[in-house]
Amino acid sequence: MPDIPGSDPITRADVAHLADLARIDLSDEELDHLAPQLAVILDSIASIRQVAADDIPPTSHPLPLTNVFREDEVRPSLTAEEALSGAPQVEEQRFAVPRILGDEQ
Amino acid sequence: MTTTQEALVDFDEAIAAYDPAMGLEVHVELNTATKMFCGCPATFGGEPNTQTCPTCLGLPGSMPVVNGKAVESAIRIGLALNCQIAEWCRFARKNYFYPDMPKNFQTSQYDEPIAFDGWTEVTVFDESGDGETFRVEIERAHMEEDTGKSLHVGGSTGRIHGAEYSLVDYNRAGIPLIEIVTRPITGAGEKAPAVARAYVAHLRELLLGLGVSDVRMEQGSLRCDVNLSLAPAGSGTLGTRTETKNVNSLRSVERAARYEISRQAGILDAGGSVLQETRHWHEDTGITTSGRVKSDAEDYRYFPEPDLVPVAPSREWVEELRASLPEPPRVRRARLQAEWGFSDLEMRDTVGAGALDLVAETIATGASPQTARKWWLSELARRANEQGTDLAALPITPADVARIQALVDEGAINDKLARQVFDGVLAGEGTPDEVVAARGLAIVSDEGALGAAVDRAIEANPDVAQKIRDGKVAAAGALIGAVMKEMRGQADAARVRELILERLQ
Amino acid sequence: MSAPLIERTAAELADALAAGEVTSVEVTQAFLDRIAAVDGEVHAFLHVDVEGALAAARASDERRAAGRLASPLDGVPIAVKDILTTRGLPTTCGSRILEGWVPPYDATVVERLKEAGLPILGKTNMDEFAMGSSTEHSAYGPTHNPWDLERIPGGSGGGSAAAVAAFEAPLAIGTDTGGSIRQPGAVTGTVGVKPTYGGVSRYGLVALANSLDQAGPVTRTVEDAALLHAVIGGHDPLDSTSIDEPVPALVEAVRKGRSGDLAGLTIGVVAELGGEGYQPGVLQRFQEGVELLVQAGAEVVQVSCPSFQHALAAYYLILPSEASSNLARFDAMRYGLRVLPEGVEAPSAEEVMRATRDQGFGDEVKRRIILGTYALSSGYYDAYYGQAQKVRTLVSRDFERAFAKADVLVSPTAPTTAFRLGEKLDDPLAMYLNDIATIPANLAGIPGISVPSGVTDEDGLPAGLQVLAPAMADDRVYRVGAALESMLEQQWGGRLLDPDKLDKAVRA
Repeated sequence: MPDIPGSDPITRADVAHLADLARIDLSDEELDHLAPQLAVILDSIASIRQVAADDIPPTSHPLPLTNVFREDEVRPSLTAEEALSGAPQVEEQRFAVPRILGDEQ
Repeated sequence: MTTTQEALVDFDEAIAAYDPAMGLEVHVELNTATKMFCGCPATFGGEPNTQTCPTCLGLPGSMPVVNGKAVESAIRIGLALNCQIAEWCRFARKNYFYPDMPKNFQTSQYDEPIAFDGWTEVTVFDESGDGETFRVEIERAHMEEDTGKSLHVGGSTGRIHGAEYSLVDYNRAGIPLIEIVTRPITGAGEKAPAVARAYVAHLRELLLGLGVSDVRMEQGSLRCDVNLSLAPAGSGTLGTRTETKNVNSLRSVERAARYEISRQAGILDAGGSVLQETRHWHEDTGITTSGRVKSDAEDYRYFPEPDLVPVAPSREWVEELRASLPEPPRVRRARLQAEWGFSDLEMRDTVGAGALDLVAETIATGASPQTARKWWLSELARRANEQGTDLAALPITPADVARIQALVDEGAINDKLARQVFDGVLAGEGTPDEVVAARGLAIVSDEGALGAAVDRAIEANPDVAQKIRDGKVAAAGALIGAVMKEMRGQADAARVRELILERLQ
Repeated sequence: MSAPLIERTAAELADALAAGEVTSVEVTQAFLDRIAAVDGEVHAFLHVDVEGALAAARASDERRAAGRLASPLDGVPIAVKDILTTRGLPTTCGSRILEGWVPPYDATVVERLKEAGLPILGKTNMDEFAMGSSTEHSAYGPTHNPWDLERIPGGSGGGSAAAVAAFEAPLAIGTDTGGSIRQPGAVTGTVGVKPTYGGVSRYGLVALANSLDQAGPVTRTVEDAALLHAVIGGHDPLDSTSIDEPVPALVEAVRKGRSGDLAGLTIGVVAELGGEGYQPGVLQRFQEGVELLVQAGAEVVQVSCPSFQHALAAYYLILPSEASSNLARFDAMRYGLRVLPEGVEAPSAEEVMRATRDQGFGDEVKRRIILGTYALSSGYYDAYYGQAQKVRTLVSRDFERAFAKADVLVSPTAPTTAFRLGEKLDDPLAMYLNDIATIPANLAGIPGISVPSGVTDEDGLPAGLQVLAPAMADDRVYRVGAALESMLEQQWGGRLLDPDKLDKAVRA
């Protein structure tokens, strides 16, 4: 990845890395297809890097709301059956998932 | 699991050569009624996947709503740790994939924590009983949500490595967590492990006082990560740190810090360099093993959570919460010491054993200060130590201890029998009264039976009896012993002595 | 007046139901029949719930018999975009990854429709996860524009717009992140409203870009839109970004607008939303619309919003960023598709995630996930996502300045009429340009309506005129939209949408 943001066009290797971060198993053909498309899109939006100065505050949200809180009161949960209704695999009232690599959380 | 044999350096030698720097990250589960972002119950131990809803299951379309009580608890924790409270802060998404995280991002706080720049003080005592106080700087305390829990199936150990598949329960997902992060603690030298333990014990005391968490380390409602690095003694620099996870008892905090100091010194002595990585603490073997290597590839892509609006606690609210804080632990300890009439040494031992609240509750349920202290610090501390656990984790309540003492005071049992009652309660046989009844431990106060036993003892030991008749009262001990033996300890020794003397004088 | 049931507006159907002229079961059956007759051509629906809709219609008729009406629209059927969760009814978001998923809960909007007694006909087609402007990115095949089946119905909510335009439903719910209600409205000759951000609950709306998404009405008349908006709008404690204030009097605003008197109202024409890149016929119909508003007594001023030139770039950074995170949950662990990678023995969870996400997501979704992952990456955040949020501030400031001069702003809704299916499918940038006029409102969170402005001379296809108002002034877009609609209908001598004007294959 380049040091200066956006100074280089996005490469096939960059796209492969991003797909890895996003957990998408892109095929070679997909990478061939996607990398140039993303380069074009990024080029078209590159101008944004020069637009706004430091004194412009970012807007993360169109609403000026703050402090929207809920009372600490229990609401009905789903039943286990409802919670598990979409699961590809269920065992012992739990979601059965393939073996997990890496660390215990 | 990596099981490479580590070359450890003796702790004292390690400390002579290197200065440890330590950072502690503590995750506290709040004891709110509901989860951080939804109305599901936050209680421990429900049937799997019965405490979930679209939001904490991360179902498509679901949305979070902040639990106001959790924000209040976070602010109170921040204030108790002398932190600044943010005037405006946001939640952020920490993006990474893991099957026990329903949305594959954790709703947390990133560069805008609710509380920051605080401090607290902990005292560590040396063997001669002299205390040294360390100031621990608090970098931040922020709000986030817990993950689900996985059971690993197949393989040999039930651990994650080698498992064939896993079963996930999302009841815990979304329970409110406060993560409290210290700045690096330096200058503690050989006391570093003790400081780590004292800090966590102090946090527990403080959180209990605030009433915001159950702080049960054995249930995971307080979890500690120990970050530790070594630098050459006197260099004033910071070395490469490791992050030891899964350190879930006070005793382990101290042991894990000691272990990492010895282990890292071994690497550095051999001319190697410490790997920046996550390590796992193994309670059973008392070692840490290598986990995941922290690399640049770990990119959490934080950004403000767009489904939530900013938290902007008014200064009035913050001051209201500050005014309602309980007395600080240091002040409380001074007050309790005066009330209980404990010596400095007794108080220090009580605090050091993590028994302050247990003793206080025992006294509150009727025991005298000295008896409460006696049971927790001798009998129960010995058992906790044998089991490698903390006092608070023993399956006995302060009310049980107070009741056992009450039975002694009533004369229903004596101290020796009391120990058997402790055995029974700890073994899960029921309340003290149930144990006394079930094991038949009550002192025999039937004068007829006792008198008959005394008569039999006199008859069996004519020589001893003659000595007593001759005025050698001290010889009564042998007869008392014989009677107690026959009564299997269930007699009041003082009464036995009276009966013997009545008959022979 | 005895127009066929399917040709009547929701308001007319409500009147007919109230007069006892028809039952909800009859009305609902009429639309189900129409769906059966033409949806093979249009493909507006992904799921049709015949039994559920008729059961709800029967319940409505029973309520009416008992004199307990749930709302003015009780008994009038509706179609719902497949991005809103429906308990017991599949919800796919147009994606393979959610094929067969049946949610255990209703979106708040859906719950409100049910409480108000509207039978739900089914779920409408859409670009996968609402990413697109043509509905061609649906994993289940495109929807066809009822005016010309060779053309796109707009997107992402092409299914809802086509269903209403093809008389398969009197009402539909759409969602609008960058124009997905208004642009399909424009190219199908229907009315579409994007309410003020926070005006309609997003709970149960499968998020594309949380800070931009908003659900709203898709109808054939402005009045119907107001009636529907009144049913679904208002505060929801399950959505933290929901506005806790009463919904403005929308039906009342429509009545005011239909009087044809806009005296005292100032209308701003946005210089940046027109001209180059806009089809001549679209601009012509727009100009005529503005002239009609002047005839009604409105004053017209020119306003400039210079930051709008960066709005598209900001949008195509904010949207993929939020979407990349929102779509992370589709990982084959808890619901939806699970694909085992080929040739891998005992694959790990991570390998299953990768294979599932590759096969379960379409090209456009993958493109945007990668783009969003890039924009949020450390080292790029400030240059992209951070800058996009600053542009958002600039866009809002431009709107503030413009609304200081004008009560409402107007522009063409979309730069062109409906293009041909396949025409822009592999040219993402050309596709993105369709939203150029609608995106600024989403960035600023303000309300907007698209009303039909007529058909263009060059292709005879419908165009739309967009009216924008400040946040929480949704009533203004209804007033101006209703005024324009009534004057245009007088000119046309009836409504623009007429079954006889549609593609031959779907004429009544």
